[in-house]
Amino acid sequence: MLDFYDIDSALSEEERAVRDSVRRFVDERVLPVIGDAYVQGRFPKELIPEMGELGVFGANLPEEYGCAGLNNVQYGLIMQELERGDSGVRSFASVQGALAMYPIYAFGSEAQKRRWLPPMAKGEVIGCFGLTEPDYGSNPSGMITMAREQSDGSWVLNGSKMWITNGSTANIAIVWAKTNGDASDRSIRGFIVPTDSAGFKAKDQKGKLSLRASDTSELSFQDVRLEADAILPGSGGLKSPLMCLTQARYGISWGALGAAMACFEEALEYSKTRVMFDRPIGGYQIQQVRLAEMLTEIVKGQLVSLHLGRLKDAGTFTPQQVSLAKRNNVNIATEIAREARRLLGANGILAEYGAMRHMANLESVYTYEGTHDVHSLILGQAVTGLNAFK
Amino acid sequence: MGAPAVKIAVCIKRTPDSESRFRIASSGVAIDEAGLKFDIDDFAGYAVEAALQINEKGGGGETVVVAVGPDSVQESLRKAMSMGADRAVQLKVDSVPADGLAVAKALAAELKDGGYDLILFGKHAFDTSAGVVGTATAELLGLPCVTAVSQLDVASGRGSARRELEGAAELVEFPLPAVVTIDEGVARPRYPSLKGIMAAKKKPLESKPAQLGAVRVSVQKAELPPERPAGRIIGEGASAVPELVRLLQSEAKVL
Repeated sequence: MLDFYDIDSALSEEERAVRDSVRRFVDERVLPVIGDAYVQGRFPKELIPEMGELGVFGANLPEEYGCAGLNNVQYGLIMQELERGDSGVRSFASVQGALAMYPIYAFGSEAQKRRWLPPMAKGEVIGCFGLTEPDYGSNPSGMITMAREQSDGSWVLNGSKMWITNGSTANIAIVWAKTNGDASDRSIRGFIVPTDSAGFKAKDQKGKLSLRASDTSELSFQDVRLEADAILPGSGGLKSPLMCLTQARYGISWGALGAAMACFEEALEYSKTRVMFDRPIGGYQIQQVRLAEMLTEIVKGQLVSLHLGRLKDAGTFTPQQVSLAKRNNVNIATEIAREARRLLGANGILAEYGAMRHMANLESVYTYEGTHDVHSLILGQAVTGLNAFK
Repeated sequence: MGAPAVKIAVCIKRTPDSESRFRIASSGVAIDEAGLKFDIDDFAGYAVEAALQINEKGGGGETVVVAVGPDSVQESLRKAMSMGADRAVQLKVDSVPADGLAVAKALAAELKDGGYDLILFGKHAFDTSAGVVGTATAELLGLPCVTAVSQLDVASGRGSARRELEGAAELVEFPLPAVVTIDEGVARPRYPSLKGIMAAKKKPLESKPAQLGAVRVSVQKAELPPERPAGRIIGEGASAVPELVRLLQSEAKVL
């Protein structure tokens, strides 16, 4: 992996060690199977126990809950390496760690944390995150899923969620719902919903041309009864799920760079070996410009994510800073994947190469976890003080 | 059940990634280390894995990794601990001498009173391909030595090993303590788990001066292999075959 700016020198020995371990896992276990899994439209579930053993799930959460207790730069490097394999594989880990384990860690009771986090870290219990609804994507405050508290303290849940990664694989869903008939987003609470509950249905969303090596589902809840201890006691208002998204988006800003790095490396190698008009195509100016652009954007993105990670570890990062990194890095990755695919010529459309798979995946990454456009408006509001959403 | 606890020392070396592009340093007697990525030598990595598996199977014991080297070798020692070794010893030198016997003397001095049942090495290190240190250490310690082992088991104070030969294999037995050098047949070295990497920071790493023996062998000159001459295209299709055969016979002399 080319490190043109010697960014390794800004990483500690443990940070490099974590990156190298996950890199080897991806090289040896993910890359050999991912092209076929993508074409077949299946998530390679057989990798889950190994990912758990390696320790990638919730890796930045504390050791006392069975997690690896890594810093946020290490966590980001894990996401980078996983997405160098495939956005679907990284998405699986993002959802498990940042969107299912994190809310239990941040808003759960001590008993909930002890019960759920250790088996989730091992990959024995899989989680998903239900926030988005069919008619409420960028605007989650409009959600209509509702939980009503019963006289005995239990809850009854009704509603539906869409675009749920890991939805049909999951053992538990972290579902966000308004409560007790209150339509304002202040009433939103989080619930741990076992997916084998009566009235819970998960249906695979078919026909995806992106993130094919990832489960994406529609969830529906019809009078799902939940014990009193299903609610995350520390959750309250839309702010809670948005805090989870900030965690996940931070990881995505690193992950997208991994996909970009994979495309760049593939394009670079191809340009040096593919001969046309009697010499390697890497000798032609047009391909050199392509490669120079890719390299420059990757280096810039790496510096953004690394600095953001240091701010996160210092406890000073803001959601708006995360928006900048997610928006930029995913955007440049989509461009790099497309340029890599073009450089590869006709071979670039084959699943044997990674470029087109990454290119198609990144369209989802561009759209989920706050679309590119929504992050633009977050940044616009941050600098002008004027809200363009309303 | 299970074998009794075994105390194992694994002597490792830190070498550059074998797929690097090498340059000769300005001294003219070594490779230029700038920009190279270093790691536990491949065969030594197999030796670490073999030790960990023996102690996991036995359900106890201790695995100690030992290396002669400058402070940079601590990273490799910590990596072995992140894979599962219990503690590490650095025998500190400014640079590792080319004389394998001098290195073996430092290791033997460290290991002789350690109470080790088994002392493992890689069969040789990629950077020198000398294969001297393991066997010389065995000799200095007066222990039986089995080299280039592809499979290793320990039971009831005895070891058994498989050695791959050209077109055959042999199975050997030996009493413990013993020195064994490891070939790549044993299980592939595991990835350090992320928890293992964090745990390694808390494991003991002792650093002390190496008691090197006299250095009597030194490198006078290092050079890269000659560039391979460019290939030649004889022609295309079936019509080129006779000329190709003729050249393979008369010029390359391989037919």
